[in-house]
Amino acid sequence: MSLTILKKQDLSEFVRNLLPLYRVGGPVQTNGGYSFQVIEDPEDLKLEYTTTILPPKKFLMPPKETLFEFDDAHNGKIHVPEMDPPTVIFGVHTCDVHAIQLLDHVFSTTYEDPNYTNRRKQTIIISVECLTPCDENSFCKSMGTLSADEGFDLHLVDLGDAYAVDAGTEAGQGLLQYAKTKPALPEDLQSLNNVLSEKWPHFPYRLDFDVSDLPSLLSMSMKNPLWEELGERCLACAACTNVCPTCFCFNVKDEIDLNLTSGERVRMWDSCQLDDFATVAGGHNFRKSRALRQRHRFMRKGKYILGAHNFLGCVGCGRCARACLVDITPVGVFNELYRRREV
Amino acid sequence: MIANNKNQTTSLSQAGVDGHLFMPTMARITSVQQMTALEKVFKLELPDGLSLGNRPGQFVEVSVLGVGEAPISISSSPSRSNGNFEVCVRKVGDVTSAMHTLEPGDTVGIRGPFGRGFPIEKFRGKDLLFAPGGLGLAPLRSLINQVLDDRALFNRVTILYGARSPSEMLFKDDLEEWSRRSDVDLFVTVDRGDETWKGNVGVITTLFRQVSLYPRNTVAAVCGPPVMYRFVLMELLGKGLSEGNIYLSLERHMKCGVGKCGHCQINNVYACQSGPVFPYSEIKGMEEAL
Repeated sequence: MSLTILKKQDLSEFVRNLLPLYRVGGPVQTNGGYSFQVIEDPEDLKLEYTTTILPPKKFLMPPKETLFEFDDAHNGKIHVPEMDPPTVIFGVHTCDVHAIQLLDHVFSTTYEDPNYTNRRKQTIIISVECLTPCDENSFCKSMGTLSADEGFDLHLVDLGDAYAVDAGTEAGQGLLQYAKTKPALPEDLQSLNNVLSEKWPHFPYRLDFDVSDLPSLLSMSMKNPLWEELGERCLACAACTNVCPTCFCFNVKDEIDLNLTSGERVRMWDSCQLDDFATVAGGHNFRKSRALRQRHRFMRKGKYILGAHNFLGCVGCGRCARACLVDITPVGVFNELYRRREV
Repeated sequence: MIANNKNQTTSLSQAGVDGHLFMPTMARITSVQQMTALEKVFKLELPDGLSLGNRPGQFVEVSVLGVGEAPISISSSPSRSNGNFEVCVRKVGDVTSAMHTLEPGDTVGIRGPFGRGFPIEKFRGKDLLFAPGGLGLAPLRSLINQVLDDRALFNRVTILYGARSPSEMLFKDDLEEWSRRSDVDLFVTVDRGDETWKGNVGVITTLFRQVSLYPRNTVAAVCGPPVMYRFVLMELLGKGLSEGNIYLSLERHMKCGVGKCGHCQINNVYACQSGPVFPYSEIKGMEEAL
C-alpha cells in the first residue's frame, strides 16, 4: 500500500461516489460548532473542524440500540433486528482513533459482543491528522494520541491544496477506487514530512508529569482528599461520561409496545456518575457519594481500564472538560493529584 | 468461547444464542413454591434437553420479556439437577415482581451461567464452614447440597445460618434435612424471635461462639447482605482462618453478566466475571469491595 494524493477539490466527488454504497458519516458544521452526522450532501463534510460534542463512537455504539425484538412476550418469540448499513466515517481525529481501538478490545475480548463487532466489521474509518490543537482543553500530546500508527483504514494529512492519503488496511485501499487519486511524488513526500514535523510544537504538553506515571500516581491517590473536594462540586449530571469517546458502560431495558405483547430489549449509554449506578436490589449503593463516583471515573480512565484492557481509558480529547458545568477536568485533576502526591 | 452448536454440547452457552450474546434461551417454569412472604423458588427447565452446566456460586440472568432482566443466583446443586435448576427470587424490583406473577407453564429467558463459582475441588479433605445470611442461603444451598452429595470427600461440615425472623427463614426442608444429619452441624439464629421460636436470637456472628474450629484445616464460604461481611470476617479471622481460605460471594447488579456494562465493577475487576465468589485474600484492602 502506498501513499497517494487526493486534491481537495476531488474530495466531494469521492464522498458522492460512496453515498449509494455506504452510510457516510463525518463532521458537519452545526449551530456554533461541529457534529458527527450522516452526510447527505458531500459539501457538508468539514474535515478542518475543531472538535465535536459527541465522539464518532455514536456510529459504533449508538446512545440507544435494539438488542433483540420480541413478537410475543408470553411465548418468547425473539428475533434480532436488522443491522446498520456498511458505514464510512470521515474525519476521525487520532484521539478518537485511539478510543475506538479501546472499544474494539472491550467488545471483542472474553465474550464477543456482536452488537458492536458486527457494526465495527463493516465500518471504514478515515482519520485526519490534527495540525493545530482543538482548543485549550485538548491534551492529546500528553496522552500520546496526537498520532496514530494503526486503527484507521485511510488516514488523511492536509498538505494545503491536497490530502496525502495513507491506506492502513486493504479495506481502505479498496475504497480508493472511488477517489480520483494520483501516486505521491517525492515533493509530496517532502511536503508531508514538513507538515508533520511542523505541527508538534503547536501542541503543548499539559500534564505536569509523564503519562506513564499516571497509573502509579492514581494508585497512591485512593485516599487523597481531592476526591471529596470534587464530590462537593460535582453535580452528578453525567455530562462527562456521555461525551467521552472511551466510556462504554450501558444499561439494558425492555420497552414494550402499546399492545403489551410485542416490544424490544434495548441498551443505552449509562453513567457511573449517576446515583444508582452501583446500587443493588436490596438498596445498598457501593458508590453512594459523588466523591466516590468521581474517584471511580478517574481511576477507571487512568488505571482500571489499563489493567483490564491494556489501553489508557483517556485519550486527551478534552470533551469532558468542555462539557463539565463546574470545571472538573482531567488535566486539572491529574495535575492536582501530582502536586499533592506524597513522596 | 463456548460453541453453541446443540449437536456438540448439551450445556447452555454463556455466549448467547447463535452468536447473539444478549439473546436469552426460553426456559419453562415447572413449579413455583412460595417460601416466605417475599420469596418464591422457581424450578426451571431448559428446552431441547439442554442442561445449565453450572457450578455452585454461579448466577444466571433471568428475563421476563417486556419487563427486563436481572441477575439471580442458582440455588440448586448441580448434583441434583435432573435436567432442572432452581432460583430463589425475592420480590424486590420490577423483574422479580413480574416473576412472582408467573405460574408453572410460563416461560422466562435465561442467559448464563456466569461468573466464577466456589472452587469446590480445593475444599476436599477440609473442614467446611458455611455462613449464609438471609437470601445468601440461596447460592450456598447449591454448594452445601453438592458437598453433602459427595460427603465422603470432605471433613467436618458446619452451617451457621442467620435469618431476620422465623417467618423469613428460607429452604426449611433443607434446614430440617441438614439438622437431622449426624454428619452436619447446623446452627440457626434469627435477629428477632416470635412466640413460636425457641432457638437462638441474635445476629449471625453470635453463632460463632458456639462453634470450635481447627483453623488450619477450615475453609469458609460466606454469602449475605453487604453489611454482614465485615462482622463475619472479624469472627473468621479472629478464629485464625487464613485469608485465602475465606470465600465471599459479593452482591452486585450485574446487568450484562459478560464483563461489559460496568455496573458490577469493583476497581478493575468485573464481579460478573472474576466473581461473584472471591477469596478474601484477593479483595482485602480493595476499596469499595466490601
